[in-house]
Amino acid sequence: MRQIEGTQRKAMQPILEMQNITKTFPGVKALTDVNLSVLPSEIHAVVGENGAGKSTLMKVLSGVYASGTFDGEILFEGKPQHYRSISESEHAGIVIIHQELALVPLLSIAENIFLGQEPAKRGVIDWFEAIARTKALLGKVGLKEHPNTLITNLGTGKQQLVEIAKALNKSVKLLILDEPTSSLNETDSNALLELLKGFRAQGISSILITHKLNEVLKVADRITVLRDGKAVDTLDTHTAKVSEDRIIKAMVGRELSERYPPRRSTIGEMMLEVSNWSAYHPQHGEKQIIKNVSLNVKAGEVVGIAGLMGAGRTEFAMSLFGRSYGQKISGEVKMRGLAVDVSSIPKAMNAGLAYATEDRKTYGLVLIDHIKHNITLANLGGVSTRGIVDDIEELSVANRYRRDLAIRCSSVYQTTVNLSGGNQQKVVLSKWLFSGPDVLILDEPTRGIDVGAKFEIYGIINKLAEAGKAVIVISSEMPELLGITDRIYVMNEGRFVGEMLTREATQENIMRTIMKSWEH
Amino acid sequence: MKTPAASTNPSENQSIVSFIMAHLRDYVLLIALISIMVFFQFTTQGTLFMPVNLTNIILQNSYIIVMALGMLLVIIAGHIDLSVGTVSGFIGGVAALLMTGTVPFFKDANLPFKFDAFSTAIICLILGAAIGAVQGYFIAYYKIPAFIVTLAGMLIFRGLELQVLGGSSVGPFPTLFQALSNGYVPDIFNITVAGGPFNVLAVAVGLLITATMIYFNVRNRRAQLAHGLAEEPIEIFWGRNTLIAVAFIGFCWLMAYYRGLPNVLVVMGVLISLFIFITTRTTFGRRIYALGGNEKATKLSGINTERLTFQIFTIMGALSALGGMIYAARLNVATPKAGQGLELDVIAACFIGGAAVTGGVGKVTGAVIGAFIIGVMNNGMSIVGIDIGWQFVIKGAVLMLAVFLDVYYKNKR
Repeated sequence: MRQIEGTQRKAMQPILEMQNITKTFPGVKALTDVNLSVLPSEIHAVVGENGAGKSTLMKVLSGVYASGTFDGEILFEGKPQHYRSISESEHAGIVIIHQELALVPLLSIAENIFLGQEPAKRGVIDWFEAIARTKALLGKVGLKEHPNTLITNLGTGKQQLVEIAKALNKSVKLLILDEPTSSLNETDSNALLELLKGFRAQGISSILITHKLNEVLKVADRITVLRDGKAVDTLDTHTAKVSEDRIIKAMVGRELSERYPPRRSTIGEMMLEVSNWSAYHPQHGEKQIIKNVSLNVKAGEVVGIAGLMGAGRTEFAMSLFGRSYGQKISGEVKMRGLAVDVSSIPKAMNAGLAYATEDRKTYGLVLIDHIKHNITLANLGGVSTRGIVDDIEELSVANRYRRDLAIRCSSVYQTTVNLSGGNQQKVVLSKWLFSGPDVLILDEPTRGIDVGAKFEIYGIINKLAEAGKAVIVISSEMPELLGITDRIYVMNEGRFVGEMLTREATQENIMRTIMKSWEH
Repeated sequence: MKTPAASTNPSENQSIVSFIMAHLRDYVLLIALISIMVFFQFTTQGTLFMPVNLTNIILQNSYIIVMALGMLLVIIAGHIDLSVGTVSGFIGGVAALLMTGTVPFFKDANLPFKFDAFSTAIICLILGAAIGAVQGYFIAYYKIPAFIVTLAGMLIFRGLELQVLGGSSVGPFPTLFQALSNGYVPDIFNITVAGGPFNVLAVAVGLLITATMIYFNVRNRRAQLAHGLAEEPIEIFWGRNTLIAVAFIGFCWLMAYYRGLPNVLVVMGVLISLFIFITTRTTFGRRIYALGGNEKATKLSGINTERLTFQIFTIMGALSALGGMIYAARLNVATPKAGQGLELDVIAACFIGGAAVTGGVGKVTGAVIGAFIIGVMNNGMSIVGIDIGWQFVIKGAVLMLAVFLDVYYKNKR
């Protein structure tokens, strides 16, 4: 059956053909002779490491890079296309939904959906029509919110659905989703993927760009793998069995026999003990976000905190780290058995804590500044005497971390905004390592990072533990927690609902623990 | 520790050109200032570079430069201060009252005693710092936008300035206070050249400072070479230093033909050096850049961003006070309208000098050159006799052009 379906699909005329696309930036060839074809009613995944050229390819397609600034042909529905801007490609029916959502937070759903194409007569908007049409669109994506709800009051998952509803309003024929599930929890991700399947049944094709290979295997009909600006492989999931390892091999160009470096843990004395930690929402003081959480981590130990998005893991870590989140915070913190004060960030750092944020760009780096300055930011005192910075000492510190953590850059004077996600993360880690902490809290340390860099980050975490540091890793990727930790706490709705040794844990029993906690 | 970076480069000329292209923004400013000076030197038939006029330019712009130093910190931190003009005027008024002992707003009553110039200056600096501190407190700890807080401050101190002076001008001041703006560093040599006095001290100081600057530049370069960091081609390094030496000694030489070094130039020189040091070498300065670059990340790195903001505005307040005193001392009278609109020149100087509205970017040398660009234009246009209306139009166009070029080159990169 599947075979027949496969051959039938082969015979179809592609809706989109990109032929021999080459795009050059000053000094860099971002894309080299890339071919990509998408069939009608197909979900086509585009995967590749960061910097492989996925985003560039989509920008070429959507007209961000105007026709003429690249070489090659774009055929849409069999006709050559020359888009000079996003609005032209959208007019043709190609809609791209970016990783960073392009919604105005303080406008309503309806206002956002009709932004720029309001149903209006002589400039006066017909809100009744807009709201009625919004309701219909929201129904198609399975949202039950009122069209007048402000975007800021929706969760990320629902915002994503609003973006899609907005695309549907533009009579879309080809939907491009750039990392749509990177900030969604498992349930929302699945709902989104189901939605794509529904669109496929209605004849709308999608291009799905993602790092999450399990999702690719769940929904994609075909997979194009990009590596170093070239399309190295196109896999058809209907004609052959495709495994994650097969895709990874194509992505990195080598067999990653182990996705996690081997770990030999030597667990030492008790380092950090947190008991009965509670915190309330910073704006809504009656809403308790963290509920009597207790945690401990020993020297040389890597402890994971698992949970769904919105479980309160980041909020817990930030409230612990100098009360950076929430209000009415209570609880006790001990380091090596002695009570410590963590009521401000400098105090928490003094006590030996460090927190590397999940959002590198907003909370982690001064993007307009270079690597050297970013590395020493949290411990300027360490490279200065009486308030005067020793440039040479600072430089040698920066170069040491560049070497130790293998930060790939032209020099430590490279601006951090130009680094890839993995290298940015290494700079953030360097910054916190240089602050000399005993306990490192790493919040989503590998989010948005390619497979190769992930492996390196895991290696760094291992080394830290071997050097006697205590490490707490917050991650939404369960295989990652199972691969690198010694012990896992499971968090849900602001509580720790389970604790297990990693060697006894499986994805299933973590999920089961979460599900069970809802039943009470 | 000898380094491969110092080894000979096959395409030496290529590297000089590419280095200049990469650092065009730094040089464009200096080139602009020099072109403007040369332009007015011709259009004013040589008046611009006359020793007396050169001295005048220094005196006319000293208070703008002093305040621009503080404004630069404020702008790097991502804020703005609109109140500096009226605060400086208000402080000038307060200084006048303290020294003359009159209180015009209180039925022309007299204070029981008069303050001398020195204690007046101390009181005024503390008062200025306090004003800055209060504004900084609201900005830093209550997160009220600096634009609004200092807009309110601008109105408040414009009003207070009118009130304390009772709408009239108050002066004159003791000689010691006047000396802040109108005094000159006394010469110790007393030499006459070509029938007029020639201030050897000015030249000596010029030589000394030039030598010190070149010494530190060379030392810095050695340290860079030792660590393989010297990006600047050697020709450009020496070209730059020669240019600085010629300009500096030439400037002092010309000043020597008039009355030598104005006191206020010494004050300015010390402050400029201090602020260059603060912004480039100290943790305090570094943190300001980080704060303006990404406040959230800076705060999460354990830096007390609130206190930092508070300190910056306190410094700004003290510098506004100093600027106000220099202004009053120069006129030898405090007028109710002193300082109004000054904030615009001060802010323009920083932005012409390459500071970014978004924060995190800016240089002391840029702000100083920016202030001189405005100052020389003001001076030159006045001598040439351009209508005051057109002067504003031209100044506005130059500001727009400077910021446009900045944005244009940033996008191009």
